[in-house]
Amino acid sequence: MHTNIISQLPYSSPFLFVDTISNLDENGVTGEYTFSPDLEFYKGHFQDAPVTPGVILTECMAQIGLVCLGIHLVNTENIKLNDPLIALTSSNVEYLLPVYPGERVKVISVKKYFRFNKLKCEVKMFNSKDEQVCRGTLAGIVYEKSKSRRHE
Amino acid sequence: MSEKEIIQKLKRIVEPYVQRNEGLDNFHEETDFLRDLEINSANLVDVILDVEDEFDITIDNESMEGMLTVGDAKNIIQHKL
Repeated sequence: MHTNIISQLPYSSPFLFVDTISNLDENGVTGEYTFSPDLEFYKGHFQDAPVTPGVILTECMAQIGLVCLGIHLVNTENIKLNDPLIALTSSNVEYLLPVYPGERVKVISVKKYFRFNKLKCEVKMFNSKDEQVCRGTLAGIVYEKSKSRRHE
Repeated sequence: MSEKEIIQKLKRIVEPYVQRNEGLDNFHEETDFLRDLEINSANLVDVILDVEDEFDITIDNESMEGMLTVGDAKNIIQHKL
């Protein structure tokens, strides 16, 4: 298990959507997460008919597929950054099946490229029946706080 | 490859990422990728990877940071060819 990577994630409850990382190398990552029925958003999405929002599925895919892999790549390629920050830069996702409270999902991400501190991956999410629930292309960057153009 | 050919190829490469089409109508060496074409800065990486494939060259971090305009890109490509 790659618990070391999870401890380096910049998220915590209620916005950490990674339980385990079962496979991780320079080409991709596989991780799992169980959506607890107690998560706040189920109260409102939808009223009396809870289902996991698509944005949360995308977030789960990004945390496992981009951020865990990205941290691993930054570590292994020995990239030195002062005050590194991360940002999601694009997501193009299709949603195929609903994910209900309590469901466990598996995310499999395959690297397309990691260049100039940008990581782009093809990411798929499966439910416990091994059915594909969503899939897409996600990209994110890691950058130095001091070089940020967004917060001038 | 002539300068004109390089610029024509660059125009075709950037087209899918351009948000401001007026910038494409008036595409020249001073055209700034971010300001004139309004390309999302994160997508500049994709532009550069497409340039590498098209011209069969490798662009390093330093060159990438200096690639602000069409003319900058043209110079780097010419230098690498």
